[in-house]
Amino acid sequence: MRAQLTTLAAASAATILLAACGSGEEGGGSAASGERAGEGTGDSCTIEAPVPIGAVLSLTGAAASYGESQQKGLELAAEELAEKEGVTYELTIEDDQTDPRQGITLFDEFVTSDVSLIIGPTLSNAAVQADPIAQEAGVPVLGISNTAAGVTEIGDYIHRNSLTESAVIPQTIAKATEEYGLEKVVVMYSNDDAFTESGFEAFSGALEDEGVEVAEEITFSKADTDFRALLTQAKESQPDALVVSALIEAAIPLVTQARELGIDVPIIGGNGFNNPRLMADAGDAAEGVVVGAAWNSSSDNPENQAFLEAFEAKYDAQPDQFAAQAYTGLKLVDEAVRSGCSADREAIKEALGGLENVPTVLGEFSIDENRDAVHPAVVQVVQDGKFTVLE
Amino acid sequence: MQQLLNGIFIGSIYALFAIGFTLVFGILDRLNLAHPAVFAASAFVGIELVERGGLSLWAALPIVFVFGAVLGLVIERLAFRPLKGRADAHFAGLISSIALAGMLIAVLQWRYGPDTRRFPPGSFPDTRFGVGGAQVTLVQVVILAVSLALMVGLTYMVTRSRLGRGMRAVAENPTAARVLGVNVDRITAVTFAISSALGAVAGVLFAINVNTAQLGMGSAIELKGLAVIIVGGMGSLPGALIGGLVLGLAEVFAVQYIGSSWRDVIAFGLLFVILLLRPQGLLGARKVREV
Repeated sequence: MRAQLTTLAAASAATILLAACGSGEEGGGSAASGERAGEGTGDSCTIEAPVPIGAVLSLTGAAASYGESQQKGLELAAEELAEKEGVTYELTIEDDQTDPRQGITLFDEFVTSDVSLIIGPTLSNAAVQADPIAQEAGVPVLGISNTAAGVTEIGDYIHRNSLTESAVIPQTIAKATEEYGLEKVVVMYSNDDAFTESGFEAFSGALEDEGVEVAEEITFSKADTDFRALLTQAKESQPDALVVSALIEAAIPLVTQARELGIDVPIIGGNGFNNPRLMADAGDAAEGVVVGAAWNSSSDNPENQAFLEAFEAKYDAQPDQFAAQAYTGLKLVDEAVRSGCSADREAIKEALGGLENVPTVLGEFSIDENRDAVHPAVVQVVQDGKFTVLE
Repeated sequence: MQQLLNGIFIGSIYALFAIGFTLVFGILDRLNLAHPAVFAASAFVGIELVERGGLSLWAALPIVFVFGAVLGLVIERLAFRPLKGRADAHFAGLISSIALAGMLIAVLQWRYGPDTRRFPPGSFPDTRFGVGGAQVTLVQVVILAVSLALMVGLTYMVTRSRLGRGMRAVAENPTAARVLGVNVDRITAVTFAISSALGAVAGVLFAINVNTAQLGMGSAIELKGLAVIIVGGMGSLPGALIGGLVLGLAEVFAVQYIGSSWRDVIAFGLLFVILLLRPQGLLGARKVREV
């Protein structure tokens, strides 16, 4: 192992060489603490060597639309951080092709290539399978979009800044019940995906708490595209709303076909619906879709306003929640690195777990004792082709 | 009522796909497993025609039909003709057509990327009808009409036209047909062209129906297509039509009366039962080869 590391290092740039040797001297385990610890705290923190950060995103495949947004968010944050003095980051973004097996391979690569922290992967599905690798190797992970239950339970190195479905969904259901006077709903979800299944469980719990009757539960596969039979079945119960836990690929045809069949009640979606492509591809059919979200795009906190402006200037497009969370993710990593002024894996892990009331794009942000995110959520409804806050 | 219509719409697409499948099998005794790739390719091409070419949906259909026919000729020339002299030509063609399907999908991925593609918004008329309390869109009606017209046209052609007589002669006995002056190679090529053209139209209609085209859409329908032609009776055209509708309705009513989680179990289970009761398929004949 050591011989391998040295050969690898010899071929690499001088900075990587230093880091790799540092790790070798300690006999593996925590990486390069000698080189990656710096002096000062917060803004005055100075770390000599660049801090390598790995990101595993789904840039192609079914979740590509989320991954692309995340990439933009991360790159924007990296650009802004590069202008700040003291700490430099080397961000490497890799594509897991929406395939958990590819995610595992990439995690393996990042773990052995000595990164200080891994960001991602995009889908909870992949996180459940890849995160244990980082946990075992003692590499801190920051999930920026994993919202399924149980991801952070994998171990004490696994964190996320994405509000879980179980935090957003009760707020969504409570708000929708109040707004639309829901009494009876039909729940639909794809039962072959970890993310949508945990979303379904959160919906069930929240509906029960609100005393809303579930007339029927309908399952489908995440690869399905024809939902007419299922929707016809749902329509017969004459629900006050459809409650759907699905990824965007299924959500678009589902919403379109529901409207086609004359189902005009609100459709309450999980996090998978929280994507501007819903309005772009489903058009008018998307009107009346209700989605809880972790990020309030119209929030007027200064961090958010600055983010909106910078994102539009760089990409000439509106950011979505995935971009906002990715951007916030890298900023939080910077916060954690600077607070302990060390890019050592152990130090980042400690600092990340202790983040409290950090002003971010997402609002006042803290990490709780389960390493999950705590910050306010927002309930939105699609109106005139745009997400607007449901009030 | 709505469920009945849902079943008929989806079933008619299964049937159109399966008829292309079964035509080649019935006449040439070959299973063309590149058929699902034609299905997927034509959906992407159809979307591109509408999106880039600015054509209306209905103008794109005939072009896709021609595209499918050309693809069929290519498949025949590359995957089947070079192997026709071999003793194991049946099996070899099966394998080489799978290989060709893989290549087609790879080309699609290179051209269009791995993402789901959709028709641009506004390419569908949003006319809706109420039929006995059920909602039907104009698009669905057209899908059904196109499928039925193609199937009826095909049956007419096979039973009445000179080309159809040639096809049946080849199906009966290729050697005898050649002796009698039938151009077997030409008939074979034409059969592949028609078969793939039908598969291509089925692909576009499917993409229109759900407004989604994915690289994996062909393999998703492949199993259904195979089930349909086996249940309908290998090589039987009306059998494929009925088989497609039976599968579509079985899926829909499984959802309605048993539960959505059981859809595939019920639908395929039913087909299995049919096969146990009638091993030759609904309209298949045991000895006599049909077209």
